[in-house]
Amino acid sequence: MTLAAIAFYALAAIAIASAFAVIAARNPVHSVLFLILTFFSAAGLFVLMGAEFLAMLLVVVYVGAVAVLFLFVVMMLDVDFVELKQGFLNYLPIGALVAVALFAELGLVASAAAQAEAARPAIALNEQAAVTNAEAIGRVLYTQHLLLFQLAGLVLLVAMIGAIVLTLRHRPGVKRQDVARQVGRRRAQGVELKDVRPGQGLRERV
Amino acid sequence: MSVTDLIYSLSWSQPELWVAAFALAGVVIGVYVKDAGAGLLSLAGAAVFVVAGALAFLFQPSEPQAVFGGAMVVDGFAGVAKAMIAFAAAATLLLGADFFGKRREQRFEFPLMTALAVLGMFVMVSASDLITLYVGLELQSLAAYVLAAWRRDEARSSEAGLKYFVLGAIASGLVLFGCSYIYGFTGGAIAFADIAAHVEAGAGGVGLLFGLVLLLCGLAFKVSAAPFHMWTPDVYEGAPTPVTALFAAAPKLAALALIARLLYGPFAGMADQWGQVVAALSAISMAWGAIAALLQTNIKRLMAYSSVANMGFALMPLASGTVAGVEAALVYMAIYLPTTIGVFALILAMRKDGEATESIEDLAGLAQRRTLMAALFTVLFFSLGGIPPLAGFWGKWVVFLAALEGGLVWLAVVGAVAAVVAAAYYLRIIATVWFKPPEAALQTPTAVALTTALVGAAMPFPILVLGLGWLERWAQAAVIASF
Repeated sequence: MTLAAIAFYALAAIAIASAFAVIAARNPVHSVLFLILTFFSAAGLFVLMGAEFLAMLLVVVYVGAVAVLFLFVVMMLDVDFVELKQGFLNYLPIGALVAVALFAELGLVASAAAQAEAARPAIALNEQAAVTNAEAIGRVLYTQHLLLFQLAGLVLLVAMIGAIVLTLRHRPGVKRQDVARQVGRRRAQGVELKDVRPGQGLRERV
Repeated sequence: MSVTDLIYSLSWSQPELWVAAFALAGVVIGVYVKDAGAGLLSLAGAAVFVVAGALAFLFQPSEPQAVFGGAMVVDGFAGVAKAMIAFAAAATLLLGADFFGKRREQRFEFPLMTALAVLGMFVMVSASDLITLYVGLELQSLAAYVLAAWRRDEARSSEAGLKYFVLGAIASGLVLFGCSYIYGFTGGAIAFADIAAHVEAGAGGVGLLFGLVLLLCGLAFKVSAAPFHMWTPDVYEGAPTPVTALFAAAPKLAALALIARLLYGPFAGMADQWGQVVAALSAISMAWGAIAALLQTNIKRLMAYSSVANMGFALMPLASGTVAGVEAALVYMAIYLPTTIGVFALILAMRKDGEATESIEDLAGLAQRRTLMAALFTVLFFSLGGIPPLAGFWGKWVVFLAALEGGLVWLAVVGAVAAVVAAAYYLRIIATVWFKPPEAALQTPTAVALTTALVGAAMPFPILVLGLGWLERWAQAAVIASF
């Protein structure tokens, strides 16, 4: 067994085990940490396939941004996740049945593939080895796949408008900083002099 | 892609450009006009949709044109489908502007989100590789999730949005999983033409079929064909009524067109295999849509099951695997869209004590108080129920004929029984409208809702006057040039 094969099996095993741990862990913070481990293992698998750019992207975007954001959200929300998971056991038999069926189908397909040798490894993007991954992707992303690139931008626009529409609220009566008004305030607007007699307080509103 | 290729591609995708330009310009304009300009922006949006639809319909290429390096294809089929999508979306946008305007809840993002959803549908019907298919589907779906949850202060609307999002994400996962199988078992083919070459050669086998079935399951979710319809009643009930009208019309046609393009394009060589899957989807949808609707008391839930049944009817001719089947599905949808939008316009017109009502009970005795509304209800529901000589009957006629010609006698029998059962609940509403003693009077409907319902009810009449042959001819012309 070559070193690459050992690394593949180790990374794949960790990826599957930690993916399972994501849904099995009782503590949501542990779940997110396992999710980060899954992403890392997947990034390792990408490196083994020679797709180092995708691996870096996975680490930077998913581990660096998305998963850490998840972690913050999970820690800041006071959600009782243990209570949410109460129904887990009730649905386990049906879920297990579906899982077994899916695995059987996967096995069927895998055996068929092994016989037919229909599934071939994906065609490498850069057939000339002189070009790096990032350069090869850059060459096709803005030319051959221009339409998809632009459409992906519109999908992000939908996400942005959607997030604003569903969460932004304009509350009336909120005190905001208004520098011009605050600086322009006169003494007479803020101070009121009262003639207080000895032994008597102010009875009216203050 | 060279500059000339790009210009060529852009010149063939003018409908998409119009809609995208409206969405992008609307974001900037909206910042200045704020929510007060929402009504005007909706009008502009509807106008843009009509222009885009007209461009798609009028400038159909005589033979399919591959644009953007083969990512999209422009042909007669796409042109006709885009025109129907655009007109349906324009009608629902006007209904929405009226609905939100009356409630002082108008927000300028509404027409923009609708435009982005329409753009996604345009991409779906023109998709000619797996990535375009997925991106178009997501663009449409994500915009639809936001639209479903539009009245965020209302629990039912938020629930509808969340439910639609979670179940839709599972469907998208199925689509992607299916795509990965197809990609793997064809040795890295993404373009429909490459997949077709593999299918013709008989390569791929069970893995390819597995991928196709997963893809079909995901798309069946989008057309709400049983047994993938679970989200439909809750989302239809919870979403604001104009949004429900949009869901019931345009995305259904887009997803159906995508299914037709997928099955008759790259997978045409496997017709004997996917034919069974589509026939099963069709039979279950027709039967379940007819039975489950019998017990509904909320008219929007009833329309949800009605749309499940109608999608079953639209899928029936596709199961036959003949080109005549695509024509029949297109004709059926062309009759179904105006009718269903008309019904939703009438539901919008149902208002009692200043509140919108959705209960079928409130329709009691409508005939004595508002005869015009009662007459419109009668015409539209008779048409949906397939009572001759209304247009809905001819839609079903074409569909049954295509199924029989394709040798699917059993499916046609299931469809006929389901149609009879479905007629029962349409007749129940009409009986409530005409023969039940009136309780509380409904308020005067808004002009926009009533006009849309009138147009929806009147749309089938040109078909009566000019004959079905006219509708069939343009569907045939569009399909023959494309498949």
